[in-house]
Amino acid sequence: MNNAEKQYTDLYSRFSGMIKGNSSDVMNSVRDRAMDSFLKLGFPGKKDEKFRYTDVASCFAPDYGMNLGRVKPKVNPYESFKCNVANISTFQIFTVNDSFYTDMKAPASMPEGVMIGGLHDMALKYPELVGRYYARAACADADSLVAFNTAFAQDGVFIYVPDNVVLDKPVQIVNVRSSEGIDFMANRRLLIALGRGAQAKVLVCDHAQGDSRFLSTQTAEIFTGENAVLDYYEVEETDSSNIRMAGTYVRQEAGSSFRMSGVTLTNGLTRNTIGVTLEGEGAETILNGLVIADKKQHVDNNTVIDHKASHCVSRELFKYVLDDAAVGAFAGKVLVRPGAVKTDSEQVDKNLCLTKDARMYAQPQLEIYADDVKCSHGATVGQLDESAVFYMRQRGLSLKEARMLLMFAFAGEVIDSIKLEPLKERLHRLAELRFRGELSKCNGCRVCKK
Amino acid sequence: MNMLEIKDLHASVNGKEILKGINLTVKPGEVHAIMGPNGSGKSTLSSVIVGNPAFEVTKGSMTFNGKDLSQLSPEERSREGLFLSFQYPVEIPGVSMVNFMRAAVNEHRKYKGLPALTASEFLRLMRDKRKVVELDNKLANRSVNEGFSGGEKKKNEIFQMAMLEPCLSILDETDSGLDIDALRIVADGVNKLKTPETSVIVITHYQRLLDYIKPDIVHVLYKGRIVKTAGPELALELEEKGYDWIKKELGE
Repeated sequence: MNNAEKQYTDLYSRFSGMIKGNSSDVMNSVRDRAMDSFLKLGFPGKKDEKFRYTDVASCFAPDYGMNLGRVKPKVNPYESFKCNVANISTFQIFTVNDSFYTDMKAPASMPEGVMIGGLHDMALKYPELVGRYYARAACADADSLVAFNTAFAQDGVFIYVPDNVVLDKPVQIVNVRSSEGIDFMANRRLLIALGRGAQAKVLVCDHAQGDSRFLSTQTAEIFTGENAVLDYYEVEETDSSNIRMAGTYVRQEAGSSFRMSGVTLTNGLTRNTIGVTLEGEGAETILNGLVIADKKQHVDNNTVIDHKASHCVSRELFKYVLDDAAVGAFAGKVLVRPGAVKTDSEQVDKNLCLTKDARMYAQPQLEIYADDVKCSHGATVGQLDESAVFYMRQRGLSLKEARMLLMFAFAGEVIDSIKLEPLKERLHRLAELRFRGELSKCNGCRVCKK
Repeated sequence: MNMLEIKDLHASVNGKEILKGINLTVKPGEVHAIMGPNGSGKSTLSSVIVGNPAFEVTKGSMTFNGKDLSQLSPEERSREGLFLSFQYPVEIPGVSMVNFMRAAVNEHRKYKGLPALTASEFLRLMRDKRKVVELDNKLANRSVNEGFSGGEKKKNEIFQMAMLEPCLSILDETDSGLDIDALRIVADGVNKLKTPETSVIVITHYQRLLDYIKPDIVHVLYKGRIVKTAGPELALELEEKGYDWIKKELGE
């Protein structure tokens, strides 16, 4: 066991009483087992194929503070945060570090039976409902980051949409941080369950910014019942002080549709693990991702789509634009199990490396154990089309502007796939600002320190 | 004053010398045709004039309206009034014609010290200029050249020329890939845009285009040099006799 691991196992043995004392029974019921699993697995090493390009142990090595005693954060996100996605008319909720912000403004009227709130509170109030889903999609036995998060997480967000209920308004979850100058770690959960025929749109904005080191681990578990439809969006706009270790685990029943778009605009080091299991016939998964990275940013998206049932469709489109010495990694595994006939799967990964120092690692992986399936994948890494750049310059556009337009166009394909109109428009604008290097300035979207 | 003055121009690509001492002078209002067998350097000449970085000028000079072109980037040459209708217009997926042209027009205006056009002014300009080459509105709303037919691409080049109002336009084999009707529309477009102050260099293999765009001066480019210059009758003679008699004159 290395030092990075030991400090957490020691912490757990000393403070597990405190962690449990401030947590719900539902979350505590799997905690010790998760820690056992972490003890067994440790942090993934470089030899672990799934983590070849991200050094997890060194991310966890610093001595971070944690809020195990659940002290209520002092920050008022309503005052300090202005949403970047204006006019989205969402139901907006906040987490500060890993705590659900309880003093939220009265929600707009919700359809009957819909529950949206803090995971801790919900687990106390509705242990049976939350227990039905908690730790049922993310497997702590096999994944050390899930194990770690499950051992330490005490709160997060719970969203439940009952059978046949359609949630018109998107729910927006904004993660902000309050670490007041110390190195800090937040361990957060997100649990979304859609009943049969239910529909919802969820947007998660990660806005943690600050001047000390900040590590967030997040485990999102998502369940889509028969014929349910979930549009799930994640936008990361953190800064170079941030490490984000996020896992999103989805279980889909027959005929359900899960459409995810993940956008990394600014960050430090990010690892997104996405695991989707198609458990019922005729389910559909769409995973799209856009990464814009420069300086020494590091973004690693690792996806696994597990086709367990027949007649399912999966689509993946990931695009990276890497400048300076940024590092990108994408792994896309598609597993077609025996019996998953008529699987229709397509994966596209296109990447731009704008400098010689930028690095992209692309790893498409198909494992097919069924006949009569349609699977395709393609990965490209390239530069901007010089003939297009010259064509535009001949018309009077500057070299910079010509390159900009090509980059917007490249990124635009992923943004255009977003079905939430205000978010789509906003992301087009944000991507433009990002490419122009203007997103680092305060534009009302940040936790201002004024 | 001469608009374009090229003196002893040598240029190479990937270390191979293509242009071996070009001398060419274009005055305001003139239409020049440059003809010549395949591989003689016609497209290289047009690329070098507009500053394509794939080509290296190794010797000689080019001045345009009194300015030394070697000191100007491709975009500055464009803003100074140089336009190239590409032989193979580039497809740019994801960049809309509207955004592309708005950026281009406004760069030209900025260069002249004029304010950017408002959205409605710009759309009006697009609408007016589309008529010059009968360019379909649908094409104007698509990505640049993406999925355009050969004829549409060439019309689109002349449409862009109409938008930018250059003082010197180089038409690099604008007639290639055009059917008779499209050829007439494109040539009519060029003629409509012609003013007594603007000049055109037409690079072509065929007399056909010159029936529509009447040249004042015809040059033959051969092995990287202009080997013959005469009036419009030269194009007719070439159409009739080919290039062998010129090669003979050169003692080949």
